[in-house]
Amino acid sequence: MKQLMSFIKKEVLHIIRDKRTILILLIMPIIQIMLFGFAMTLEVKNINIAVFYEYGDEMAEKIIARISASEYFNIVKSIHDTNEINNIFKNDNVDTVIVFSHNFSKDLFNMASPAIQIINDASDPNQASTITSYISAIISSFQNEVLLQNSPIIINTELKMLYNPELNGAYNFVPGVLALVLTLICAMMTSISIVREKEFGTMELLLVSPMKPAYIIISKIIPYFIISTINLITILVLAVSLLDIPIKGSLMLLMAVSFLFIFLSLSVGILISSLVSSQAAAMLISGMGMMMPVMLLSGMLFPIDSMPFFLQVIADIVPASWYFTAVKKIMLEGQGLFNVLKEIAVLTIMLLLLIAASIKKFKVRLG
Amino acid sequence: MVKVNNISKSFKDVQALDDVTFSAEKGELYGIIGPDGAGKTTLFRIMTTLTIPDKGTVFINNKSIIKNYMEIRKTIGYMPGKFALYQDLTVEENLNFFASVFNADVNDNYDLIKGIYSHIAPFKKRKAGNLSGGMKQKLALSCALIHKPEVLFLDEPTTGVDPVSRKEFWDMLAGLKEMGITIIVSTPYMDEASRCDRIALIKNGKFLQVDTPNNIIEKFNSNLIAVKTYNMRRILDDLRKCTNIKSAFAFGSEIHALIDDYSNIENVSLFLNNLKYNDIEIHKIKPNIEDCFIWSR
Repeated sequence: MKQLMSFIKKEVLHIIRDKRTILILLIMPIIQIMLFGFAMTLEVKNINIAVFYEYGDEMAEKIIARISASEYFNIVKSIHDTNEINNIFKNDNVDTVIVFSHNFSKDLFNMASPAIQIINDASDPNQASTITSYISAIISSFQNEVLLQNSPIIINTELKMLYNPELNGAYNFVPGVLALVLTLICAMMTSISIVREKEFGTMELLLVSPMKPAYIIISKIIPYFIISTINLITILVLAVSLLDIPIKGSLMLLMAVSFLFIFLSLSVGILISSLVSSQAAAMLISGMGMMMPVMLLSGMLFPIDSMPFFLQVIADIVPASWYFTAVKKIMLEGQGLFNVLKEIAVLTIMLLLLIAASIKKFKVRLG
Repeated sequence: MVKVNNISKSFKDVQALDDVTFSAEKGELYGIIGPDGAGKTTLFRIMTTLTIPDKGTVFINNKSIIKNYMEIRKTIGYMPGKFALYQDLTVEENLNFFASVFNADVNDNYDLIKGIYSHIAPFKKRKAGNLSGGMKQKLALSCALIHKPEVLFLDEPTTGVDPVSRKEFWDMLAGLKEMGITIIVSTPYMDEASRCDRIALIKNGKFLQVDTPNNIIEKFNSNLIAVKTYNMRRILDDLRKCTNIKSAFAFGSEIHALIDDYSNIENVSLFLNNLKYNDIEIHKIKPNIEDCFIWSR
């Protein structure tokens, strides 16, 4: 026990002596949450709109009033000459121009075909298509109301966004950042710290000593387990307080699943460390080899359902994708233990396999 | 105390050790002398239970390195080739850590390391990475000794250390030997061989000779001369052409050569004078360990 304690103390000293790394470890999750939460959202806000319509056109004015009532759009300019449209994107801070056809109201009532043209600055194609669909939605709901007065039968589609009614982009990123940060810190830092002993030759001495190999592993794990737990709490606190994302399900369950994932990532780190013998290789494998799949295949950026089949199979092997789903279910959808049993089972099996593999791979002698 | 029986070990197509046998008695200071790549480190890793040999066995205090490796690990001290210290921990922290790894207490065994550690004690708050080569060596030795091992394995402890520290280090080893600790030490420096009780010369994984340093020199039964001149660059090739010279090698600032008979020194001198060397110095010398190493087998 004294052996173990002094070993853990040594590991803690390694970590706090390396001030730059510990700072990065503790600040990285905060920056990621801020970035994904505020800067990198896909939603549109404060879109500046210029309109071209015939003064006094009743229906056009009503539509414009509706658009301007939406929190996403500001009507900033009214154009009177179509030639202005080309220059308005360059000279004014305008994202979108809406053009109403000649005699718009009259055509509408006469069942002729009135037209609305939406001109977008598509240098940001994502934003342009989102704006288009928002404006189209406003126009079509207006159209439905107008038509309702004329014909009684109408098929109305109503969209309802569950769990995230305001379509906030940040919601999905919280589980994603959790998966990313925990994978990076646990897998990368543990593997590097074990491989460093090999590189400096101190592993030789530890092996020559009567110390149990299990002690070496346990004392490597504990400090990073603590740092991961701090990160987990930081991210959750930031998500709730700063991004207003509620934890709908049970906090206990969320923590339990997270601890399961932390242990899983730690054992990935141990396995990596037993496969490579240089810090650079450990960093490459755990950095590139773990970070890319977590970013691309966990469902954080792209939904897994829309991937080609073989990528879905690969995504199923990535532990982070199961963790991501579980956190989404518990945190955002408020589902209970019963609904995440599958994810928990898969993660547990992965954990057991990895522990078995790393015990088998850990050498009591030099390779 | 240490019994090595017919050890062989190869890595892929390199034969690192080839049928090595020797034994060291309790309290003996045993030197394994050979150039880089001779197989010294592999031999040390096998003796310290870190690597399993392809053939043969090693017994440390009658315990086998294959079956009883955990018991052996309690009783040996090991100092690997590069000083395996934690660079970001202080001198004191390193010592305390290695003591606790071996379930020992620094205060209990302080007498053992006092002579060595007192040199670096003034710097105990300094990080190991900021120590000089000599101080790192003393710290590594202290760490290897702190659990009072019965056998101490030192793999090239003096490589990369200044001559003064090297001399001090060998004085320390002599002190440890007095305390009854068996010491197996390897070195590429032939001049250190005379400090050992017995030495083994190792080359390409094979032991060439095993004996006391004096006996090895006594056994050298060829006629050795040293040649010195102004133009050292050409003379080695020319000397080898001389019929009286069996073989010649550059030795620092002079050339050592085997001559068929000491009475022919004049002939060699004439031979060289004919080749326009005019400041030749030739004289008889006694062999040292390095000569023995070069001309053995």
